[in-house]
Amino acid sequence: MTAVIEANGLGKRYRQTWALSECTLAIPAGKVVGLVGPNGAGKTTLLHLSVGLLQPTAGSITVLGGRPGTTPDQLARVGFVAQDAPVYAGLSIRDHLRFGARMNPSWDMALAEDRVARVGLQPHQRAGELSGGQRAQLALTLAVARRPELLVLDEPVASLDPLARREFLQGLMEIVVEHGASVILSSHLVADLERVCDYVVVLVDSRVQVAGDIDDLLATHHRLTGARRDPDALPRDQQVISESHTDRQSTLVVRTEGPVLDPSWSVQQLDLEDLVLAYMTRSVQGNRRPKLETRP
Amino acid sequence: MIRVALRQFRTEAIVGFGLLAVLAIVLAVTGPHLAQVNDAFQSSCRPAGDCATTPNPVFRVDVPLQGFLPIIVTVAPALLGLFFGAPLIARELETGTFRLAWTQSVTRRRWLAVKLGLVGIASMAIAGLLTWMVDWWASPLAAATKDRLDPGHFGWHGVVPIGYAAFAFALGATAGVLLRRTVPAMAATLVGFVAARVAVGNWVRPNLASPLHQSLSLASTGIGSLNLAAQTGTFSLIPPSVNIPNGWVLSTAVVDKSGKALTDQYVLHACPGYGRFPGAPPSPAAMQSVHASCLNTLSTTFHTVAAYQPGSRFWPFQWAEMAIFLAAAVALCGFSYWWLRRQ
Amino acid sequence: MIEFHLDSRSGVAPYQQVVQQVRHALRLGLLEVGDQLPTVKEVVASLAINPNTVLKAYKELEHLGLVAARPGIGTFVIKTLTDDSLAAHGPLRRDLERWLSKARRAGLDDESIDALFRDVVRSAAAEDVA
Repeated sequence: MTAVIEANGLGKRYRQTWALSECTLAIPAGKVVGLVGPNGAGKTTLLHLSVGLLQPTAGSITVLGGRPGTTPDQLARVGFVAQDAPVYAGLSIRDHLRFGARMNPSWDMALAEDRVARVGLQPHQRAGELSGGQRAQLALTLAVARRPELLVLDEPVASLDPLARREFLQGLMEIVVEHGASVILSSHLVADLERVCDYVVVLVDSRVQVAGDIDDLLATHHRLTGARRDPDALPRDQQVISESHTDRQSTLVVRTEGPVLDPSWSVQQLDLEDLVLAYMTRSVQGNRRPKLETRP
Repeated sequence: MIRVALRQFRTEAIVGFGLLAVLAIVLAVTGPHLAQVNDAFQSSCRPAGDCATTPNPVFRVDVPLQGFLPIIVTVAPALLGLFFGAPLIARELETGTFRLAWTQSVTRRRWLAVKLGLVGIASMAIAGLLTWMVDWWASPLAAATKDRLDPGHFGWHGVVPIGYAAFAFALGATAGVLLRRTVPAMAATLVGFVAARVAVGNWVRPNLASPLHQSLSLASTGIGSLNLAAQTGTFSLIPPSVNIPNGWVLSTAVVDKSGKALTDQYVLHACPGYGRFPGAPPSPAAMQSVHASCLNTLSTTFHTVAAYQPGSRFWPFQWAEMAIFLAAAVALCGFSYWWLRRQ
Repeated sequence: MIEFHLDSRSGVAPYQQVVQQVRHALRLGLLEVGDQLPTVKEVVASLAINPNTVLKAYKELEHLGLVAARPGIGTFVIKTLTDDSLAAHGPLRRDLERWLSKARRAGLDDESIDALFRDVVRSAAAEDVA
């Protein structure tokens, strides 16, 4: 399996706090990966580490087989759009495209101009006059026209209105079909990611809680509802992720490879949002059982 | 990357070189007249032999320019530091565009090297051209003045402004890297630059070469000024100020043959006339005779020694001070690179 | 050319919704044999969903024998469902209507009828698997 991002015990510390700790991941290529978690969980830190804007304090990270940000070749293979899509306010869109051409030997000007026209931007417009959605599209164009193997997007749709959000994701999916790039995008809203992602990494409290193919994860996580009981009584192969009890009833989210055969449980499927919430709750409740291996 | 840096620098470059061009026109138009006036004066005073005693009318031509140009050349390096240096990196850090710039196919090292190199050279070029233009325009005046090492003269002639500009620029860029905001970086640059100029001018420049010493008779210089502090009733003796033609006087001292300095107690002891007027202030005539007799008494044992740098050292000092500021500029650039990489 | 839409609240997986919408279009005669399904790129550009979802749906339709993929050209309909149209199942329909009136007389409301029906379908499917 070719891993597009591989991290081993990766950690980053700022003064006294660890923004990211003990992060171990092996993200396969060819996926659209959603990096989800609450604000301050470490998503931006992880993404900045993967594009070379930050250096690790502990552990290591390799992207497309190389250390991020080290050589022009390595830089050319990864496209990045930072949070709020920074662009040069005083330069026009045409200036930005020239900027892209001069900074990148792999620049595809035809692709860039085509995309700019398709999303409705005029070359003479100054980037400072663009709306949030237009800026996001410009930044995405600048990243995509470099023809990278991996696209890294930090909260690309967080501050966009629903229409701009939809248009951005439509464009992004088109890019995935046309260029076959792997994508990793972060968001603190799961709904944004559910449609476009097929792989998810859940980051809570600066730690990776779970990572894997969304289909696999949804097939192996279940909500069990039934009479109140002690979660420790469950079979060993059923890992309890989150639990809540009333005086009569217990509701558990469990992770298990096999089927749940106990007839006293009512078993339900989860959607991605439920899954993420369960892991966020677990983080708040504290670990009660040893964590299962997170490699898929 | 070079063309990108040029495009980003376009506005500042237009303003900087534009202002330079405007000044060039003004100087080109007024300069020849200055030279003419001076030439006319020289050709009339030389045959008469009174060049040193007759006032040269050149000092009354274009007086406002004569006053402004030293200020412009003195201030220019600081302005270059503030407007070329401080925003260079600070603005990218402030607006977040560094996250765009550092994820292109250009390494951070090359990005920084090109930005610093291009704008640094532009700063030095502006400072160099400016100084050269002003030196050319003011040459009829400079021929008449001596004292080229004088602090009021040294800093806006020759080549040191190039070193100042390089340093101010590098200081601005480094302040931007450390503070990550343009306006605080500008403030820090201004403070740092002024401090550096003052420090070098006061403590380094006088010692760039061992000062020369000249002995002068006490009769020609006086013993200095003897002051009585009314509150405490104590005396203090300040050595006399001395003027050496074409020399920058650093310090003077009144000493005896073995090098021991004259003290206020010695003066009061040797010249009892100074203590003789308790109460009512003395008449000027009386004071004159006390001064004269004291001078007579002391001049047999004491003489004045002046430490100075001769004007002939102007160019060696220029190159040395420019080298110091250039070296500091290079060190700052290296530090900036190291700091940015540490991220 | 048909257009797809996605109901994110229906609880049905996105790829299943695409499959269902193709089958529905076939049943209604909106798609005929030889028609080309929208390309993956077109679907993805209009719905903003992962391309693999579309690929999965088209593969399922291929598995059901309804479409065939021609590499480099597109995916085409090879069989319609119009002969499976609801109108054709007269006897089944009458049986169902009789059962429905029995269920109503037994006191079941629409929700309970629905729940009972789904339960039976599910357990029958589970038995088939077993």
